[in-house]
Amino acid sequence: MNKTRLYEKHVAMGGRMIEFAGWLLPVQYPTGPIAEHHAVRTAAGLFDIDHMGQFMVHGPDALPFLQRVMTWDIATLEPDDAHYSLMCYDDGTVVDDVFVYRRDGDYMVVVNAANRKKDLRWMVQQAKGFDVQVTDVSDETYMLALQGPKAEEILQRVTDVDLSQVKRFSAVAARVGGILTLIGRTGYTGEDGFELFFSADEAEHMWDLLLETGKEDGLLPCGLAARDSLRFEACFPLYGHEIHAEIDPISARLGYFVRTEKGPFLGRNALLKIRLEGPKQKLVGLEMLDRGVPREGYPVLIGGEERGHVTTGMKSPTLNKFLALAYVPTEYSKIGTEVEVLIHGKPKKAVVVKTPFYVPVYRR
Amino acid sequence: MSDYVFMDDRRYARSHEWAKVEGDIATVGISDYAQHSLSDVVYVELPEVGATVEKGEAVAVVESVKAAEDVYAPLSGEIVEVNEELPDNPEWVNEDPYGKGWFFKIKMSNPAEYDELLDVEAYKKVVAEEEG
Repeated sequence: MNKTRLYEKHVAMGGRMIEFAGWLLPVQYPTGPIAEHHAVRTAAGLFDIDHMGQFMVHGPDALPFLQRVMTWDIATLEPDDAHYSLMCYDDGTVVDDVFVYRRDGDYMVVVNAANRKKDLRWMVQQAKGFDVQVTDVSDETYMLALQGPKAEEILQRVTDVDLSQVKRFSAVAARVGGILTLIGRTGYTGEDGFELFFSADEAEHMWDLLLETGKEDGLLPCGLAARDSLRFEACFPLYGHEIHAEIDPISARLGYFVRTEKGPFLGRNALLKIRLEGPKQKLVGLEMLDRGVPREGYPVLIGGEERGHVTTGMKSPTLNKFLALAYVPTEYSKIGTEVEVLIHGKPKKAVVVKTPFYVPVYRR
Repeated sequence: MSDYVFMDDRRYARSHEWAKVEGDIATVGISDYAQHSLSDVVYVELPEVGATVEKGEAVAVVESVKAAEDVYAPLSGEIVEVNEELPDNPEWVNEDPYGKGWFFKIKMSNPAEYDELLDVEAYKKVVAEEEG
């Protein structure tokens, strides 16, 4: 089991440590996951996300290589841009979902912890014939997320760059409390905020600095439970749940990130076919009409028969409703369609609703 | 064993329910340790009034942010009342587990079962063992 460099700090702060993707991480602090969630929506939250992996892609063929493995058109990235993308297998199913940062001549790819080894193998394998090196720099790179409406104000007090000039989905090299840092205006919460990359040796220093700086603004350290409820409300997929090696991005309603017009890439033919024929199932948002908490794996019933399943569900802290993401047959995916979710053996009424449940602030 | 609240005016089941008896009616809820372990409660599902329940039977559900847990009847009898305000105020389970956060009341069919439950000292030991 891996421990991040902040493990002792989390324990000392009363963090409840659980295993996640091979890492021991806090699921919550004593304030509780709902308070942490609200802190991010109304003030700010700080997340230890060092379990995420970072790969550097370097070499003359970096761009053509990324164009081959990524579904997004990486050629559209300006020098400081960051963009969401998927990597797909030949059959169109998902290897991982990632963020690609363009840095000078190189690219950095941020991958899910659970997929780090698999992704590296996959990318190295696909790099044959390209003049490119893919290097896993996760061990020496630390990653924290500072998220929420007060994030800019807090970070601005300890950095030397003008953050108002850093637009959403871009990154800038800066000093934060003297620590050389790549500041990305990115995140996984639906709020404005930043993801910080810096030397792992500075982890404790940076963590303390940001917590102290944001204290007066209501900044809370946040655990995995809040991270999950925040991303869920914004309907961001989580690998292993909404997307995995048996589902394609079209069914997951991530078709926007599949740029078939950019030319050949891995999975393109399969994805074109799915797009042409229409996916058999679709990911939808459900709101419970009867009371009950829909949870991952619970069957979705249509006409009393099991026709789908919940991928993530919970009581939404912001909207105060029982909501779920679920796969259902395409013919039942229209907004307003009534279905049932089997909760503790009892069918409970639910209706297909618009997603995202919570529209990210930067998209409004 | 830290800061959990234990009440000595009631008895406990190993599965962390408490029962407080007045006459032949037992009020049932979950312990402070249980609510703390669950963390933020978001939903409770209560039994039907009038239902006959057996000791050890799963009769209610308490759901936190991350998990759904059964609540077991610590005693046999008939459900004579449920805390109807609780589904709308699930946070009471966290805020006041021994008071406003009660779940249901059982009219005991076998009051001798109450004496088989753990007294507060025995229950503290169970919690200490679980805490490790």
